[in-house]
Amino acid sequence: MTRRMKWIQLGVLAALIVLLPLLFPSGYYYRVGALIFVNALSVVGLVILIGYAGQISLGHAGFAGIGAYACALAPEHLGLHPGLAVLLGAGISGVMALLIGRPILRLKGYYLAVATLGFGILVSMVLTNERALTGGPDGMVVADPGLRDLLRDLGLRLSGGELWYGVSGLVLLVGAWIALNLLDSPTGRAMRALHGSEVAAATVGIDVAAQKLRAFVISAVYASVAGSLLALQNQYVTPDVAGFLHSVEMVTMAVLGGVGSVLGATLGAAILTLLPQVLTVFAEYEQLVLGAVMIGVMIFLPQGLLPSIARRLRGTSE
Amino acid sequence: MSLLEVSGLGISFGGLRAVEDVSFSVSPGEIVSVIGPNGAGKTTLFNMISGIYRPGRGSVRLNGQDVTATAPHLLARMGLSRTFQNLQIFQEMTVLDNVLAGYHLTERGPVWADLLALPSMRRRAAEVRRGARDLLARVRLDKAAEQEAGSLSYGALKRLEIARALALGPKILLLDEPAAGCNAVETEEIDHLIAELAASGIAILLVEHDMKLVMRISSHIVVLDHGQKIAEGDPATVSRNPAVIAAYLGTDAPTEDPAHADG
Ligand SMILES: Nc1ncnc2c1ncn2[C@@H]1O[C@H](COP(=O)(O)OP(=O)(O)O)[C@@H](O)[C@H]1O
Ligand SMILES: [Mg+2]
Repeated sequence: MTRRMKWIQLGVLAALIVLLPLLFPSGYYYRVGALIFVNALSVVGLVILIGYAGQISLGHAGFAGIGAYACALAPEHLGLHPGLAVLLGAGISGVMALLIGRPILRLKGYYLAVATLGFGILVSMVLTNERALTGGPDGMVVADPGLRDLLRDLGLRLSGGELWYGVSGLVLLVGAWIALNLLDSPTGRAMRALHGSEVAAATVGIDVAAQKLRAFVISAVYASVAGSLLALQNQYVTPDVAGFLHSVEMVTMAVLGGVGSVLGATLGAAILTLLPQVLTVFAEYEQLVLGAVMIGVMIFLPQGLLPSIARRLRGTSE
Repeated sequence: MSLLEVSGLGISFGGLRAVEDVSFSVSPGEIVSVIGPNGAGKTTLFNMISGIYRPGRGSVRLNGQDVTATAPHLLARMGLSRTFQNLQIFQEMTVLDNVLAGYHLTERGPVWADLLALPSMRRRAAEVRRGARDLLARVRLDKAAEQEAGSLSYGALKRLEIARALALGPKILLLDEPAAGCNAVETEEIDHLIAELAASGIAILLVEHDMKLVMRISSHIVVLDHGQKIAEGDPATVSRNPAVIAAYLGTDAPTEDPAHADG
């Protein structure tokens, strides 16, 4: 039953990724689509952390920053292929999450939110201030991973937008598949169980601190890979990727779409990525809009957009 | 040899000595009941035994091993399981998933196997699912398996907690007022279930306000009042004990108001 649900959701997502370009008025929208998928990827990570395990992070952009700058720095300084730099960034993010999470998640309460807030600010400060290495606030160029040339040699001619639309969509699908696997697994159930009652979870043998840590590390890796993809497709990074606003943006997307739902996460990411593209005023008042969306969702749709719609549909069809 | 041995257990909250120097033991297949007026310290005693509170004094031994102040998830591995007086249900999960969570120790494997849905996990998952459905049938919740747990009635949730606690295949089961809020029929069912579990060799430690139930099924009764053990023995002995009668007459009569649940 739940396994069928998994394949339905993945099918819907795959169909959207494949069919959406039919509606694109111009090639530019491949870029927007790719950006939506990248944002959705980090939000799917937050679904695992917030939706499954019930923990809040206010510094996930820090991990996106690590992923992004790994792709910028590792090829230049370590001679690493950009593709491998993605893995290096993910590894560093995972280890950082482990180091921060292990002591913090033993404590009860909202210490993780505070600790990650500090972590995010720290990463963004380092990226801004280490001018010699990172170019400071102006950012730095990211080397082309050569994927387009490779595909051209194989006989597939794609524009940059099309290429990154495809790559980001594919990675998002894999990310969604993993998150949905987790949902209906012993680990995922343990995470959801401790979200419901930590005491009861512990009495059935669930190591609450260890499961929270798992969720945190996994979600950090999602954010890191998303940051890497962003750097690779823009071929440029600035410290904004690690900024507090980006962290808040991620959480808002997750909450808007439905924090327990992988498809909802994608919807939330799509809406909040499109808004500033469609209406330029939103770009100017982004912080205001994020705040308003957050408050509005909390009051009117505490479950988030997609689960609320699903519930309403079920309610009327029964 | 007794499975659970509690000796000299005590804890204070601020100036309040909630439990003071309590000792008793439970053997496999035995039903030991802890009774006493509201606020006597029964739930606090359970919380110390199950590792939720750290005892101020005394010790808990499980299978001869000192487990005083051991974390609940480690006690679970040693076969100690419990239910809660104030329900602790995974509200947003289905009824079936609540019980499946109880199989955590049987079912868990390496995390990447879960992330990648490796086929090796699937066979075990199917077995565990069958076990969970059997347990649900045992507490008559099999028809509600796919429902969200939060939508169940109070009495049904009480039974769901028992099913979840049984999922880990406990050697000893702590039940904190399992029949509270249940009607006569449900109470009788719980009564039968407890007797069955004990007959299968599980050691049962029971807190219950329904005195008829307690007197009928207990092999041994421990009476607490103001945190102290004031009497113990078999049901007949305890019910004749003047100190016990005084403690109950001083507060609530023992058979009165089983649904009067405290935190
Ligand atoms: N965490 C706590 N903090 C302070 N006081 C507590 C706590 N837990 C229990 N108590 C107190 O300990 C006493 C015993 O409570 P409890 O064990 O719940 O009684 P019972 O289960 O026998 O009704 C009560 O006076 C209660 O208020
Ligand atoms: Mg109590």
